[in-house]
Amino acid sequence: MRLRLEKRLDDRWWIKPLVALVSLMLALIAGALVMECASIPYYKAYILMLEGAFGSVYGLSETVVKAIPLMMLSLGIGIAFRMLLWNIGAEGQYCMGAVFSCAVALAFPDFPMAVMIPLMIIAGFLGGALWGAIAGALKAFFDTNEIITTLMMNYVAIYFLEFLVYGPWKDPTGYKFPMTAMLSPSSHFQQFGNTRIHLGIVIALVLMTLFHIILTRTRWGYEIRVAGENREAARYAGINITRNIILVMIISGGIAGLAGTCELAGIQHRLQHGFDLGYGYTAIIIAWLARLNPISTAIVSFFFAGLIVSGDHLQMSLGVGSGIAEMIQGIILFFVLAGELFLNYRLTFRKDRR
Amino acid sequence: MNHDDFLIVAIIAAAIRAGTPILLATLGEIIAERAGVQNVGLEGMMLAGALSGFATYRALLLHPWFCSASEGNTLWCLLGGVTAAMFCGGLLAFTHAFLAITTRANQVVSGLAITIFGAGVTSFIGKVFVGIPATGFPNAPVPILSAIPVIGPGLFNHNVLVYISYLLVPLIWFYLFRTRAGLHLRSIGENPRAADVMGINVAYSRYCAVVKGGMLCGLAGAYLSLAYTPGWTDQMSGGRGWIAIAIVIFSGWNPLRAAFGAYLFGGISGIQMRIQAAGALVPTNLLLMLPYIFTIVVLIISTRGIMRRIVSPPAALGLPYNREER
Amino acid sequence: MTSHSEEAMELNEACLLEMKGIIKRFPGIVANDDVSFSLKEGEIHALLGENGAGKSTLMSILAGLYLPDEGQILLDGAPVFFQSPRDALKKGIGMIYQHFMLVEAHTVAENIILGEEKSCILNKSSIEEEIRCLSDDYQLSVKADAKIWQLSVGEQQRVEILKALYRKARILIMDEPTAVLTPMEIRELFRTLRLLTEAGNAIVFISHKLDEVMEIAHRVTVMKSGRVAGTVATSETSAEHLAHMMVGRDITLSRKTGEEPGEQAAISVQSLCVKGEKGIPALSEVSFEIRKGEILGLAGVAGNGQKELAAAMNGLVKIQSGTISLLGQDVTDRNSRELYEKGIAFIPEDRLGTGLVPNLDVEDNMILRGYWRAPFSKGPFLQKNAIADFSSRLIEEYSIKVPSRSSPVKSLSGGNLQKILFSRELASEPMVLVAVHPTRGLDIGAVEFVRQKLLSEKKRGAAVFLISEDLEELLDLSDRVAVIFKGRFMGIRDARTATIDEIGLLMSGVCSERGEPCV
Repeated sequence: MRLRLEKRLDDRWWIKPLVALVSLMLALIAGALVMECASIPYYKAYILMLEGAFGSVYGLSETVVKAIPLMMLSLGIGIAFRMLLWNIGAEGQYCMGAVFSCAVALAFPDFPMAVMIPLMIIAGFLGGALWGAIAGALKAFFDTNEIITTLMMNYVAIYFLEFLVYGPWKDPTGYKFPMTAMLSPSSHFQQFGNTRIHLGIVIALVLMTLFHIILTRTRWGYEIRVAGENREAARYAGINITRNIILVMIISGGIAGLAGTCELAGIQHRLQHGFDLGYGYTAIIIAWLARLNPISTAIVSFFFAGLIVSGDHLQMSLGVGSGIAEMIQGIILFFVLAGELFLNYRLTFRKDRR
Repeated sequence: MNHDDFLIVAIIAAAIRAGTPILLATLGEIIAERAGVQNVGLEGMMLAGALSGFATYRALLLHPWFCSASEGNTLWCLLGGVTAAMFCGGLLAFTHAFLAITTRANQVVSGLAITIFGAGVTSFIGKVFVGIPATGFPNAPVPILSAIPVIGPGLFNHNVLVYISYLLVPLIWFYLFRTRAGLHLRSIGENPRAADVMGINVAYSRYCAVVKGGMLCGLAGAYLSLAYTPGWTDQMSGGRGWIAIAIVIFSGWNPLRAAFGAYLFGGISGIQMRIQAAGALVPTNLLLMLPYIFTIVVLIISTRGIMRRIVSPPAALGLPYNREER
Repeated sequence: MTSHSEEAMELNEACLLEMKGIIKRFPGIVANDDVSFSLKEGEIHALLGENGAGKSTLMSILAGLYLPDEGQILLDGAPVFFQSPRDALKKGIGMIYQHFMLVEAHTVAENIILGEEKSCILNKSSIEEEIRCLSDDYQLSVKADAKIWQLSVGEQQRVEILKALYRKARILIMDEPTAVLTPMEIRELFRTLRLLTEAGNAIVFISHKLDEVMEIAHRVTVMKSGRVAGTVATSETSAEHLAHMMVGRDITLSRKTGEEPGEQAAISVQSLCVKGEKGIPALSEVSFEIRKGEILGLAGVAGNGQKELAAAMNGLVKIQSGTISLLGQDVTDRNSRELYEKGIAFIPEDRLGTGLVPNLDVEDNMILRGYWRAPFSKGPFLQKNAIADFSSRLIEEYSIKVPSRSSPVKSLSGGNLQKILFSRELASEPMVLVAVHPTRGLDIGAVEFVRQKLLSEKKRGAAVFLISEDLEELLDLSDRVAVIFKGRFMGIRDARTATIDEIGLLMSGVCSERGEPCV
């Protein structure tokens, strides 16, 4: 008798959720183990994390605040991944979007809000789109590995931003800190109530709906789905793959840029050193976990935002290092990846003479 | 020696010092990719190596067995750190191997998971080690060789880890191209079915290759925290793991060209620092972009036209192998 | 059945190898059904049969790649048991696969010694010397330090043979060795094989080519549908006899009625040339036309250019020279979408790989060809209602069994997949239908469905191009049958008067009844 792996032919509906659930539980257990090793009371830690993220109005609203950029980034990455384009450069596209928006805000501080905000949004999209398009073009025409190009462009974008805040855009009244001046009030996104939740949430939700509609109801969405699944069938159907690669990268980058704009206009109100928070990488995990589906993306983004907020809370309460959130993210991803095995294959017992 | 000589020596030395961690990581990844498995988790493994190396070094230093801070004892502690670093790098690599080979997960995402996990866990655990002063491996000039004008002090006045990396380049080249095991490894990466038919155990060999790659990456991390800038700072790998991946492509999966590429990058970093130090008018941050832009250009050239045959990747790279599938 | 093989074995020489009662099952099919095979020393024994007859499976078992479910293998009279190809190699059995197991980026030497290296450290010059001696001994000239991708197909094959000889193989199994060789290389190969047998080796020669089998083999075993149809000495048989054993009769299904095709040519192909891989042309000067209301069948063993012809007719492969015209209009360099719009429908051989997208649902697949235009699209939006109506209508019309409209198609049976393809392609009432191996892997009910559909299309006035390996089927359904061999049309016969033997000979490259080979 022997355990063998066979390709799975059926597709029972309960397999995906079951695997996800088991993966999550195993991940939490593994996280607990790591914490034990570091002499951190994991039980207390998990409770604190839940409290921090969802236990208070403040916590909940902060979770939403963080979910906004995460959601937008993940949506953008999700579209790219659908076409098998590994856009690791969301981080850089995010920065470039913020840079372009900031440029608008700095150049025309006296514009009224009604003009400024849309202008910033357009600029942000353009910035990210440009960044994405470069990698897309390189891939479409030269078949250059987009993992490396987008990644390298992350660093270029971050250093560019640093250059601006240390140099030409440095606030003359800012005591030599590497940051721009506070952007004029007309560039601030509306905030809701007492919270820091801003206009970005509307944009994010609109995007989510838009993407859902595009993927399920438009011709282009159909083309993306086909091309991402099966290049041969796509050719058979007459789909232009080159054009789609570039288009998808433009959209993917543009959305990431928009995320940057939202952070800039909604929370930070100035460009500064350390503007990049690594959301671009977290968003990759979110996109993969959400199986590239826009609605699930929103839900998983919310969950991961909670993870980050709770990580901060934990840091303050127990004095543990930041990074616990990332650590748990990584562990979750491990288990989900391993679990994917069972989506494609199943274990069977076979009589074997070996 | 005149002023120019000093400059050249300084640049060479800087290139070697800065290029070594990249070289080590690149060599490790070349081994893994030659076997057909793509591991983009180099950043995570490097960080794991750096932290575990430093932490072990500190732990050993404070341990009663090694308490007397004599030079000899410190060296043992450092070596202990290096061993721990290689172990941790190998451990993370083993996880990736399991995901990529046994569960046949998507290798890109798996590698990213390793990177993110590595970044997170080292950030988390490393908090206590931030800011602790340390002296790493001392410089150990090689007798006779370091007296050669210009290249002597440039090449032969470094710490022992650099010398190890010097040796690893020809060693790994020899292993890959002149030994039986190396031939098996390369065959697995090119045509696993052909290797399988000739009786080679594809899965086992791939596991070995990936773990070896992880160990070298861990060594690269140890170099960072125990030799280059002794101590631990959060995210101290600074993207070197990603540059290593680009250099793997640039080198055409060849250890000798990898050395060239890694030191070239080290050189660019070094030159950039010189320009900065010389108070040039070009802003620091723009200079810092150079290596990354350079990588992109190099990548475009590497994957085009005539270069293709010479520097093409192993044919089966990134594809899981299953004997049953016909 | 087995009486033939028993007769053949009555000769007084001891058998080097015997395979007795081999049974091998795969999901859904019995590849080898109680097969017995024997091999004598110094013999070239051919294994003949159509694709899917079970020849490769049988030899893969012998080479240690598969384990038989039942049966025994005896080597020099003693039973042997192979767990892996390595075991078979150790016992002196080497297989030269149809798709070479070579590492293209490595040198000849590196490929030959792989897995059989004598020491840890590879001494390039001594290895190359060893190989030079080996190749001289057997007169198989190769340059030991050349890279595989630089070699011609014939030279690569020599490397494969040397691989087996380096491991002291006594039995060589060659799987369709002449499939991609030029006539001159084939002569070289035969010379080598004769040399090898003189040296005491025995060779199993798997092939579907009758003239070569007659030329080189001492004995022939014919396989059909997983069973042995017979074993004879080549001196006691003829090509026609073998052709008849290879192809047989089956149960009756729909056949064509007497309807005459129309006068007008729906599609006309002139001097079509398509480049193949490795420099051998896939199609050379192919010319034919199909009239409205006619079914033109294309017979030929797989790999002789059918795939490329179908692809060229549907805009999926680059045409080097020649023209394709639809009702007189030149459509030569159009892409697949344009050709579909102009009225050429395509049922590809690779259902789940090319014709359908496995992870998408039935509805998504139904609109694969027409999604960009009305009524399925209005502007950038898909018209869900129109799509749903269309799918429901087709599902009902064709009785396609789907658990639900939104389940991914990869979970459907072959018959249902084919129904989806047919329903989709025929929905636009095309002028020309190209169907490649449409009944492959289908159960009887689905086969009948396909036959009915093809006949009803003919009745409607479409021109049908039916590419199939099933001669029975071609003769039952087609008005005329063309035969393709090595990228050329060997001839077009009237299906009413053609015989299976005649077509079988053309398929094997034999031009006339006297067994003379064609150019």
